Amino acid sequence: MRDNQDQIAVSGAPSPALDDTPARLRFRDDAPFESPIAPLADFLAGGNFAAVRIEPGEDAHELVPHFDRLKLVEIAFPKFRDGRGYSSAAVLRQAGFTGEIRAAGDVLVDQIGFMRRVGFDSFAPNKPLDPKVVKATLDRYPYVYMKAADGKVPVWALRHG
Amino acid sequence: MYRYDQYDQAIVDARVAEFKDQVGRRLRNEITEDQFKPLRLMNGLYLQLHAYMLRVAIPYGTLSGTQMRMLAHIARTYDRDYGHFTTRQNIQYNWIKLEQFSDLLDDLSKVEMHAFQTSGNCIRNISSDQFAGAAADEIADPRPYAELLRQWSTLHPEFSFLPRKFKIAVIASDSDRAAIQLHDIGLQLYRNAAGMLGFRVYVGGGMGRTPIIGKVVREFIPVGQFLSYSEAILRVYNRHGRRDNIYKARIKILVTELGIEEFTRQVEAEWATLEPLGLDAPQAEYDRIIAQFADPAYEIGAPDTIDLSDPDFKLWVDQNVHAHKQPGYAIATISLKPKSGIPGDASSAQMDVIADLADKYAHDEIRVTHSQNLVLAHVKKADLYAMWQALAAADLATPNLDLVTDIIACPGMDYCTLANARSIPIAQKIAAKFENSISEQRDIGELKIKVSGCINGCGHHHAGHIGILGVDKKGEEAYQLLLGGSGAEDASLAKILGPGFDENGIIDAVDKLIAFYRSARSAPTERFLDTYRRLGAAPFKEAVYA
Repeated sequence: MRDNQDQIAVSGAPSPALDDTPARLRFRDDAPFESPIAPLADFLAGGNFAAVRIEPGEDAHELVPHFDRLKLVEIAFPKFRDGRGYSSAAVLRQAGFTGEIRAAGDVLVDQIGFMRRVGFDSFAPNKPLDPKVVKATLDRYPYVYMKAADGKVPVWALRHG
Repeated sequence: MYRYDQYDQAIVDARVAEFKDQVGRRLRNEITEDQFKPLRLMNGLYLQLHAYMLRVAIPYGTLSGTQMRMLAHIARTYDRDYGHFTTRQNIQYNWIKLEQFSDLLDDLSKVEMHAFQTSGNCIRNISSDQFAGAAADEIADPRPYAELLRQWSTLHPEFSFLPRKFKIAVIASDSDRAAIQLHDIGLQLYRNAAGMLGFRVYVGGGMGRTPIIGKVVREFIPVGQFLSYSEAILRVYNRHGRRDNIYKARIKILVTELGIEEFTRQVEAEWATLEPLGLDAPQAEYDRIIAQFADPAYEIGAPDTIDLSDPDFKLWVDQNVHAHKQPGYAIATISLKPKSGIPGDASSAQMDVIADLADKYAHDEIRVTHSQNLVLAHVKKADLYAMWQALAAADLATPNLDLVTDIIACPGMDYCTLANARSIPIAQKIAAKFENSISEQRDIGELKIKVSGCINGCGHHHAGHIGILGVDKKGEEAYQLLLGGSGAEDASLAKILGPGFDENGIIDAVDKLIAFYRSARSAPTERFLDTYRRLGAAPFKEAVYA
C-alpha cells in the first residue's frame, strides 16, 4: 500500500456507534458514574443530567457555567485522527473542571499518553486495550517538555528547580 | 549550537523505544496499517514509489560536523550512498529498508538526532535563517527561539492530531532568508520602539494547492510570551480548522474563511485564558539556551582582506560568500547544484568532506538552506582559499548561488508518489543550457527557478522568479510556467503566464524568457524579478508565445 504521503483523509467515513458501557480504563478513585449521558444540546436545554457527551465540532466552553452539576464529560472520538477532542478536554481542565473526562470511541493505545496529559482520566475504547501495552505506554516518557492539564513538571522547570 | 542535556536525551531515547514498540506491534498485526500510518509518519517514515523514504530532522537547519558524519554513515550503510537536502532544511533518504530502521534510529540518537515530526499532521521541524548568528543584519540569533519552539512542540499532547501539517519559521532580520510569509506561522524577531525584543507574528501563509501570503496576526508579542501565544494560535486552529477536506485543512484556509480580524479576535481571546497559566519557559531557560548559541571564539584581529588573485576563487567569493558580522570572517555557501547534479543531493563522501572542513575551518557548524544548499557560517577570511580548494576537489565549489543554475527542485516522479511529472530532469536540462558559462550566468544575475512535480508545491514554484509546475495532461507529463514569485521579504506569488508545455517546450520557454529579460532590463543590475515587476506579464508572454 503506497502512501498518499501524509495526506490522510480526516473525515468521510460514518462514525462508529459510541459505547455507553462504563469506562474500561479509569484513572480515578471515585465511584464510576453510571447514569445516562446526554447529548450537548439536551444537556444545555436544561434536562436533569449529570453527564454530557461532546462531539468533535461542539464547543466545550459552553459547559463552563454548568460544572457544579456535571460529574462526567464524555468526549467522542469518531475517528482517531480527528484531534479536536484533545482541545475540548484541555479547555475543560483549564476552566477548572475536576469531574471525569472520558475519551470514547476510536481511542487507541498510542493516543492515551497524549490524552492523559490533556486531562482525560477515563477511556471507553471501541476495542479493548491491552493493559500491558497501556502501562508500558503511560510509563514511557520520564520527562515532558511542556505544561499540560496533568500537572507534570516540564523540563524547563526541572532544569531551573 | 544547542547540545542535549540529560532531559533532551531521555526524551529522544524514549521516543525511539516507543516507535520500535509500535513497529513491533504492527509486525505482529496488533495494529492495522491504517492505525500505524500516522505513527510512522510522525517518525518521518514514508512509503514512496520504490521504497521507504526517511526524513531526518535538522532543527532550524543547524548541525555539527559529527552529525554530518553520521548522516554520511547512514547514506553509506542504509541507503545508496547519498542523501537529499530538502527545502525545509532537513535531509531525506530514499531507499530505506524497514528491517534496518531501528538500527538507523539508534545511530541517529547517538548524535542527538531523530526523525520526529518531520511528517504527519503535527508541528513540523522548525526552520530558520541559514545565516543565523553570523549575519551582519540580524537583531539577535533567532535559533534560541527556534529551539524553544522545538521543545514546546515536541510531543505536544494537544496538537499531535491537527487537521493538517503545521510549519513554523523564525528569522531575526529584515532580509527574509527563510520564507516566513509562506509558513503556517512566521515569526520575525525585532526590537520595538521601547527597545523590547519580540516577534511580529504572521499566520496562514503557505504554498501548495492554494498559495497564500501570511497575514500579521500580531504586530508585537514579547519574546517571553511567544510560546503561549503560539499555543493560542494552535488551539484555535485545532478546534476550528477544517477536517472535511484535506485540501482545505491548512490554517491558511481557516484564516481566509474567518478573515484575519475574526481569526485574530479568537486567538487573542484564547491567549487571554492561556497566558496566565505559566506555559512560557522562564527567563533562566531562555538564558540557558541563548548561552548555547553564543558566538564561537573568534580570532580578534584576523585579517579582514581576501587574496583574490586566483580568478576562479574570486568568482566563487563574489558569488557564494556573504558578509559576516565579525571582522575577518565570512559566510560561505556550498552549492549543491553542481553541473549535471541533482539539486540538494550530496554523496556520503561529500558529506564527510564538508564535516571535515566545518571542523577545520568553521567552528564545527554546518547549516542547511531552504534552497537546498549548505552553509559554513563562520570561516576566517584567511582560510577561505584553502577551504575553497578542498571544496573544489569534491565538486562542491560551484560558484552559482542564486544564479540561474541554482534551481530548487522537489524529488518529483523519480521518487514521489504524489508527483504528476518529473522535476529533476527539468532542472538539469535548464541548468545544462547555462552551466558551462559562469560569466553568462552572472550576467543574467539573480534568478530563482523553482520546480515542483505536482500541485503540492514542495519545489516552491509559487515563490520562483520563474516557477515550473509539473501536471498530468491526459496521461502525459506537462509543465505550467509561472512568473514573479518571491519567498523573500518582498514575498509575492508567481502567476501562470499562459498555456503549458511539454518537456522540451518548457526548456525553450525558459530560454526565451531569459533572452527577453536580457534585452529588456533597464540596467545590468536590474534583476529578472524586478524587470518582470516593472513591465508586467504581457511582454514576457509575448516573448514566449508569439
